[in-house]
Amino acid sequence: MGQIKLNQVSKSFGDVEVIPPLDLTIEDGEFTVFVGPSGCGKSTLLRLIAGLEDITSGHIEIDGADATNVPPAKRGLAMVFQSYALYPHMSVRKNIAFPMRMAGVPADEQERRINAAAKALNLTDYLDRRPGQLSGGQRQRVAIGRAIVREPSAFLFDEPLSNLDAALRVGMRMEISELHKKLATTMVYVTHDQVEAMTMADRIVVLRAGFIEQIGSPLELYHKPCNEFVAGFIGSPKMNLIKGAEADQHGVATIGIRPEHLDVSSTDGAWKATVGIAEHLGSDTFLHIHGMEGCDPMTARVDGELPVKHGDTIYLTPQLDKLHKFDAQGLRVD
Amino acid sequence: MATQHSRSAARLMMAPAVVLLLGWMLVPLTMTVYFSFKKYLPLRGGDLGWAGFDNYVRFVTSSAFWPSVMTTLIIVGGVLAITVILGIGLAILLNQPMWGQGMVRILVIAPFFVMPTVSALVWKNMFMDPNYGLLAHLWEFFGATPVQWLSQASLTSIVIIVSWQWLPFATLILLTAIQSLDREQLEAAEMDGAPASKRFAFITLPHLGRAITVVILIQTIFLLSIFAEIYVTTGGAFGTKTLTYLIFQRVLESQNVGLGSAGGVYAIILANIVAIFLMRIVGKNLDA
Repeated sequence: MGQIKLNQVSKSFGDVEVIPPLDLTIEDGEFTVFVGPSGCGKSTLLRLIAGLEDITSGHIEIDGADATNVPPAKRGLAMVFQSYALYPHMSVRKNIAFPMRMAGVPADEQERRINAAAKALNLTDYLDRRPGQLSGGQRQRVAIGRAIVREPSAFLFDEPLSNLDAALRVGMRMEISELHKKLATTMVYVTHDQVEAMTMADRIVVLRAGFIEQIGSPLELYHKPCNEFVAGFIGSPKMNLIKGAEADQHGVATIGIRPEHLDVSSTDGAWKATVGIAEHLGSDTFLHIHGMEGCDPMTARVDGELPVKHGDTIYLTPQLDKLHKFDAQGLRVD
Repeated sequence: MATQHSRSAARLMMAPAVVLLLGWMLVPLTMTVYFSFKKYLPLRGGDLGWAGFDNYVRFVTSSAFWPSVMTTLIIVGGVLAITVILGIGLAILLNQPMWGQGMVRILVIAPFFVMPTVSALVWKNMFMDPNYGLLAHLWEFFGATPVQWLSQASLTSIVIIVSWQWLPFATLILLTAIQSLDREQLEAAEMDGAPASKRFAFITLPHLGRAITVVILIQTIFLLSIFAEIYVTTGGAFGTKTLTYLIFQRVLESQNVGLGSAGGVYAIILANIVAIFLMRIVGKNLDA
């Protein structure tokens, strides 16, 4: 069980309102990702749920019971921190045992859970080492192990992968997703990386300046972003947002087209422009295109084999059914 | 140092300092050892020839020797206990966000800048004097008979005075250590269900281990040789004669340089015993 319900929760630091009152329900067993640019209040929101910060107003319910004034340890939540926050003077075994030791779990039960967690996380050979002797990925797994053994009703992750290198990050992403499938426990995950959000989440909460911009599954956000901010934030490379004459033709303030929904031709098309930098990834090439009115540079995602080079003239045609339209307030128009 | 050339240049440039330091240490040490085997009484005949181990035997068999060793150890131990325990408490308090933090921190460090002689005199005359001292007034205010601090509770008084001087040092070192404690570790422990007392015992205290070791080692070095605080307060009376003070009395009051030098050699040995003992207990904290 692990339903988390935020009811008109707000947070201010002094006079600065970081999170204006917001409502949010995280369903039991769901993998929810809070995503947004840095400073958008996503970590603060997670810390409010954890109980590490006091909420300024509103209520938090966990499993149907009011948890607003319940201390962090009694909320039944486990948290994995960005810095891992392992206890440097304790061995891996003692680190993992710490929450159980605090809770007074019998020694043989502790041992059983430690071994189970170590096995699940490939830590069996490292149990007697100190955190300082482990690599980043192993430390991350110890932090997760310390969270698992508490058998919490929900896991909270605060940017857990941002200290890892790119290859390891992809691996750990899989492991955490795998873990979620296996445990089927509620997970709340904070990240600024929209790729992590898209790949891991059941549901994404996009935040900006403390406001929830949109909540939805990864594909909902990709196909139907409710405003310009979400449109620009979700998807990589970013959606091209075109203002001016082109948008006027469609009767809106802004039109958006994703780089992968632009047809590129060297002979004819709707828009004529010049190729700038081309980023060759092998499978794809990202073209940065200049000379397009209302959106400069524009990005197009084309086949890796397309023979274009800097300075070439190019013609672009948007796939009209994939076009997003936004009004003057930046809201989606259908 | 990368190259052969720069390494030899570095050796050449360091040589004067090394020679100076070695000389600074070896000359007095050799002279002390030399005089300790002499019967040398400056005002009573001067150099009266070799004495063999007489001085060593006389120094140890004197009734003042073992009490002075005990006094030394009690003062060192007492001051260490008080400064480390109160230092940890003060460091935790000073680490809390509060108004006027910078000012308070400077004030806390202030006693360290007062010269030992001055602070001992201030304590003796302004606080501990049984007639007009501040503590006497406090006792009288509550209707109690003022304590004659420096005669009735002489050792305690000295420990208090020296602790007051060294508390800022301990606090300062421990405060910087506590500031480097990762806040997320404390939060993780809080999430893990550790109440404040256990967070202190399992997270903060182990984190401070190395700093406490440094405080204990450095303070021990200086506390073994405290002198001014005793000289200006009790003058070695009322059981406050430390080994250092005993040596001072032998050399300058009894004018027996040979006997004092033998005491000096014993002091070196005692300091080394204490040092080995300390390194054994706390030295392993400095590794890793």
